[in-house]
Amino acid sequence: MARKLSSPPAPGPFRPDFWRSPLRGPWLTSFLGTLLVPTITVIALTGFISHWAYHPELPGNATIDPAFDIPVLFQFPQSWPSWDYAVTQGTHVTLGLITLPLVLAKLWSVIPKLFKLPTIRNLAGLLERLSLLLLVGSVLVEFVTGILWMEDYYPLHLDFYAVHYYGAWVFGTAFVLHACVKLPTVRRAYRSRGVLKPLREGLQETKPEPPGSSELAPVNPAAPTISRRGLLAMVGGASLTIFAVQAGQSVGGPFRRLALMAPRGRVFGTGPNDFPVTHTAASAQVTRAMAGPDWRLTVAGARTISLSRQQLLAMAQSTETLTLSCTEGWSTTQRWTGVRLTDLASLVGARPGSILRAVSIETDWSTSLSHGQYGDERALLALRVNGADLSLDHGYPARVIVPGGIGSHNTKWVGELRFESA
Amino acid sequence: MRRPWLLSHFRRRYGANPPHLAGHLVVLAIALFAIDRIANGGGLAELIALYIGFAIVHDLIFLPAYSGLDRAARAALARLPARRAASVPAINHIRAPAVISGLLLIIYSPFISGLADSSYFQVSGHHIEGYVRDWLLISAALFLGSALTYVVRVRRAAAKRGS
Repeated sequence: MARKLSSPPAPGPFRPDFWRSPLRGPWLTSFLGTLLVPTITVIALTGFISHWAYHPELPGNATIDPAFDIPVLFQFPQSWPSWDYAVTQGTHVTLGLITLPLVLAKLWSVIPKLFKLPTIRNLAGLLERLSLLLLVGSVLVEFVTGILWMEDYYPLHLDFYAVHYYGAWVFGTAFVLHACVKLPTVRRAYRSRGVLKPLREGLQETKPEPPGSSELAPVNPAAPTISRRGLLAMVGGASLTIFAVQAGQSVGGPFRRLALMAPRGRVFGTGPNDFPVTHTAASAQVTRAMAGPDWRLTVAGARTISLSRQQLLAMAQSTETLTLSCTEGWSTTQRWTGVRLTDLASLVGARPGSILRAVSIETDWSTSLSHGQYGDERALLALRVNGADLSLDHGYPARVIVPGGIGSHNTKWVGELRFESA
Repeated sequence: MRRPWLLSHFRRRYGANPPHLAGHLVVLAIALFAIDRIANGGGLAELIALYIGFAIVHDLIFLPAYSGLDRAARAALARLPARRAASVPAINHIRAPAVISGLLLIIYSPFISGLADSSYFQVSGHHIEGYVRDWLLISAALFLGSALTYVVRVRRAAAKRGS
């Protein structure tokens, strides 16, 4: 009713008759929103699983200050296969990417509302606009930062972990609130049009929803050029294509080559060390000299010992097939050979229940492993991979490799293993 | 009988139910907390620019750009001589591959443009190679597949009319 007072008509996109697509309306938006509920839920859950996979409760591991974080609610049981994180993080990244077309279609379907000049009648209306701004802003921030991080290209100054993690809190709560507020609208749309019925309509049967039914339905609809199911098929086709050119990097092996556009979709050789690297020796400023014959491993527990690579190779060796999976969503499974971390723990008389702090010769790099992680029979200080010495890029002279969990816990170029009381 | 009066009074003044207010206050509180945490080490300007900037880029540049392209494509098709009496609309056979190819271009732009090359080399030890070629090949395959489907659909429609 505010319109009566305003004499000049609103310009261009602010005019309600500017948006003419006959597909827009409460049913289409409700359907796209309904599809987003399960996908966003899985993306959020796998995101939190990844956050907790860092074992932020152990010293030096947290990516977010624990004083301003919720407690850890889930961690991978050690009995799970070594590709547990490969599955959850592969899902987080791949599902995130294939949800992007759906998110963009959803935004397309509601664009007239985003342009609607605010006619705020009361506080409720103002709060709703504000939360919608947060919802749209945060969904775009989450997708853009996630995609950039996945591609090892992050030109922003803000800390990725803080932006992506707290952004997820904003997006998550705004998303739940939006779903609650819109539930009656969705119900009404499904009741009047049927949940799936519009999907049976071809182009000939595609009719605009009545303009009075919602602000989304066009007041001046154009003739349809595509059916609603045609639009959804296009969204699905986009998702499928993204899946096809991306997912292979999370599986590895022969599937890696299929990931034509994925950052880790390339295969660079068939040698024992030709699997993907995260963080090269050059970028870590680790030189051949540092990893040469003078290198010694310090192992500290009740007593402290120093071991050369020869001495480590003379100890009992185990071989395990274990998966390395990166937060960026790619994974690789290799056959690692080395000394069991439990053997090293008993060698220095580590107290039961200690944590293991693995310190790299790389400046400023160390991670803490829980007793569950290093106490696993399959957890190794790897010296060799696929029957050959580790390459410098893969952590020569020795690297940690523990089954399951996040790849960054497998410290390369290990200089010190300290078994400390937790 | 005090309660219903209070409630209806609240509704009139606020515009919705009390849970509506509670929910929105929770979201706003979390947003303020998040802003404080993210901008902890400085960078509030960048954060605000991100949230508002992405929304503006999407609403005022990205969406109008693809809508404009769509309109231009439809206008170009309309100018073509209508030989086959538009039994199957050609536009969707251009839209679909264009949308998918465009999305791939956006998602993988740091790789297709080569912007990510130096950081990727630091991390992986390899330079970015072949992503432009692969994107072009995938796009060509999408357009070709779409064109073939179009031909099949037009023939089928013609056969239907003929019989």
